[in-house]
Formats: sequence, structure tokens, C-alpha cells
Amino acid sequence: MADYQLTTPLTDDVVMSLHVGDVVTVNGHIYGLRDATLIRMFDQKVDIPPDLTGAICLHTAPGVRLEEGRYVKVSVGTTTSTRMNRFTEGLLGQGVKAITGKGGLLEDSTKLLQAHHAVYLGLVGGTAASETLQIEEIEEMWWPDLMPECLWKFRVRDFGPLIVGIDAYGRNLYLETKQQALAVVKHMEM
Amino acid sequence: MWSRDRYKQMAEAVAMLYVKALKDMPPDVRIALQNAEQGETAPIGKTILGTIRKNIGAADRENLLICQDTGTPVYFVQVGEYAEANPVAIERAIRQGTERATTSHPLRSSVVSPITRKNPQTNTGYRVPVIHWDFVEDRDDVEVVVVPKGSGSENMTYFRMLLPADGVLGIKRFVLESVVGSGGNPCPPVIVGVGIGGSSDLCMLLAKKAIIRPCGERNPDPEVAGLEADLLQAINASGLGPMGLGGINTALAVHVEHAATHISQNPVAVNIQCWAARRGRLTIRSTGDLAIGF
Ligand code: SF4
Repeated sequence: MADYQLTTPLTDDVVMSLHVGDVVTVNGHIYGLRDATLIRMFDQKVDIPPDLTGAICLHTAPGVRLEEGRYVKVSVGTTTSTRMNRFTEGLLGQGVKAITGKGGLLEDSTKLLQAHHAVYLGLVGGTAASETLQIEEIEEMWWPDLMPECLWKFRVRDFGPLIVGIDAYGRNLYLETKQQALAVVKHMEM
Repeated sequence: MWSRDRYKQMAEAVAMLYVKALKDMPPDVRIALQNAEQGETAPIGKTILGTIRKNIGAADRENLLICQDTGTPVYFVQVGEYAEANPVAIERAIRQGTERATTSHPLRSSVVSPITRKNPQTNTGYRVPVIHWDFVEDRDDVEVVVVPKGSGSENMTYFRMLLPADGVLGIKRFVLESVVGSGGNPCPPVIVGVGIGGSSDLCMLLAKKAIIRPCGERNPDPEVAGLEADLLQAINASGLGPMGLGGINTALAVHVEHAATHISQNPVAVNIQCWAARRGRLTIRSTGDLAIGF
């Protein structure tokens, strides 16, 4: 369980230095997206405006307020990632190096992350108050018609802690822990 | 009968209640989380619980929402036998209050049509807010408990018609496998609401009712309380832990509510509440005085 400070965009070297159970914080930029955003990107195949090479993508639909034509944060947290599991390949194909959210991703995504040298960083679900403070600004937003499931670009400072839940070596701490726990329960005397 | 003004005040109070519930964690949940952090033995689990407690502190200090999920608005209304209130007007005030909180704060609207997926941006819609009614003897007040129910935990809801021959053992296994099988999705450590008996609809409602009980308060029936203690111990012995990443705190509490059932049935329901177990209580006395608490 080592601690790391990461700066975006992420490189392969940085990603390969991370192992499940490590704790990281992030400085730089994070892209926010979720169900409707990903459907537009990969099911409707609409061109993605920003370049996502080396990017960290966060599963979120933030609460925002409109002030003088700009979107200002009200509450930015995260959502269950497994719901968006089928979009992992699409994101990695765009050069994304880390997906962050809560609850982890499934077996097929674990293999894809390994093949693409990328990681899953687990946020502590529900801790939106802290995350909102760690987001300095909403720098850009695309696809306002999907509100709140637009594509967001956040500038972040000391964003985290994030726990490396799936590393680029094929380990998935979420699935391993759940399988162990289910095995314990199976043999439990009641 | 209540005056028109009283319903107006009530709508205002509901709006306040909704926002307060999203920002101010109930004291019983704070204590349970503090105990969990102190007792946690897994380093990652301890980090997670520390982060959760810092987050609650940040929400207090900066007047922020604890979690971004504004939830499905679920209300439990208790009307006293001698309360001279009109239920239709109460429903209207609850709906207005929810909408007002959403547009004036503003809050993210988390409610959509299940057919068109259109979001009216009000956190209300057809048949939502969800409002459950109870009528209570020997009281003259009206009490409204709001639960902005987060979806990560609500998606982890389970129901089964077990057989009478499956007995309490079958119920225990079902609850245990449901909670552990949910992994990190409902944001553990969770409060596990269990409904036992009734008809299928009542059983689900009991599971939801169970999660609004102050965290860790035991069922008054000693046999049911024993079942709660057994389940809590078993769930935490699984090692699933905070966020499903390992540790001894998977659940903060297990609350069971039961009802009589049919001779040929053994219904069981599980409704999970995340650690962000947000809840607010509005009491309207017969004098018209309003009080907001947990
Ligand atoms: S499950 Fe609860 S704590 Fe987790 S993100 Fe949803 S509402 Fe928040």
C-alpha cells in the first residue's frame, strides 16, 4: 500500500508503477462522463471533442449551477462503474489511461486494462463534499443536451484518495475481495 | 382543520428538510461510522472510513451535499388519529417542497420517466415522490420522514418468496448472500434493511421501513433483535469491508421488520442503505409549531 501523487496526462511508465491497494491523489485534469455520454460516444459514434490520450475519466453526473453563462460546481461525486463496464474498450481505444469511479469493473474490463496498460482507480463512493472541494474549476463542457450526463473537463488539485482497484497486471481487488467473501459466507455455520 | 397557511409553511419546511437531509448526517450514523473507523483492522478499510468521516466534516464546514446523488425522494408520513389534516394537501405540500428544494438550491434532478428517460429537472414525476402513509392512534401531530434514497444502494435490492420449509435459516442465507454478492456497489459499510413476511408488496415496504430506523437501534422483539445481531456478525465476518475492498466493516447495522404471512409463504426482502444514510424528520404539532430533526 504505497502512496503516489499523479499528474495528468498519465504515461505508461506511471501506470505500470501502480499496484492494487496503492493509494493515489491526482493533480491536473479529469474528464467526467457516464451512461448517456458513453452511449453518445460509442453507440451513436459521435466524434469526441477533446483528445483523451493519457486522460483520467471519472464516472459522474455532477450537480451544477449556471452563473453568468458558465457552469459552476454544486456537487461533484461519483457513480457505480460496473454499469458502464461495456464502454471500457471504447475509452481505452481513445488512449484513456485511468478510469475512476466506485465499485470497480468486471473481469473483461480487467483484461482490457491489462492489454492497454491502464488502471481503475476507486474513489470512496459518496464522498462528494470532499471531491467538490478538490475540483478547482469546470473548465469545459460538451453536449449540454445530456445534462447532467454531459462530457465535463474538471481541473483538480489533490483529488483523492483513490485506491488502485484494478492494476495493469491483471489484478482486480474488487472481484478478488468479493470472491473471497462469498467463499467465507458459503462455508459459514448459521 | 389545518389552515391553508399551514400547508404553505409545510411546503417550505419540506424544501428545507430535503436540503438538510442531503447535507447533515444523522448523529446515530456519525457514531456508527466513528466506531467502524476505530475498530477497522484493514489498512485500506481504515483509509476509506477516514475519508468518509472527513467528507462528512467537509459537508458540515462548507455547507455541501454529503453525496452527489440527490436520490429518489421517499417519504414516510405518520398522521396522528387526532390530527386535523388533509392527506391530499399534505401530498401536495410534499411534492411542492421537493420541487422547490430542487430548483432553488439547485439540486441535481435524479428522477426520470422510466419509458422516455426524460428528466423533468424537478426530482419529481409521475407517482414520485414516493409517499408511504401510517395512521397512528392517540396522537395529534403529523410526522414526515424523508429519505433521499441513493441509487447505488437501491439498485442492490433483493426479494424472494422462500418456502416455509426454508425457515429462518433460508432467510439468513438469502440476506447474507445478497449483501456480500453486492460487493462494493452499494457503498459499504451499509445499513441492511430486511423485510420478513407479509405479502410481497408489504415485505418490500418493510425492508425500506427498516432502513429509516436510527442506525443500530434494535427491534423491540427479542427474537427479531437476535436475528439482527446474528446477521450483522455474519455479514461482517465475510471480510468484504468498506467499499468492498476488504475489512471487518461491511455493515453498520442490520434492521429487520416483520409481519404475519400466509401459511404457504416465507417472503424475504433486502433493501440496502449506503453509509450515506441520509434522513430528515419534520414534525408538525397540533399547535402549528414545526420542528426539523432526524
Ligand atoms: S450508494 Fe449512497 S453513498 Fe454511494 S454514491 Fe450512491 S447515494 Fe452516494
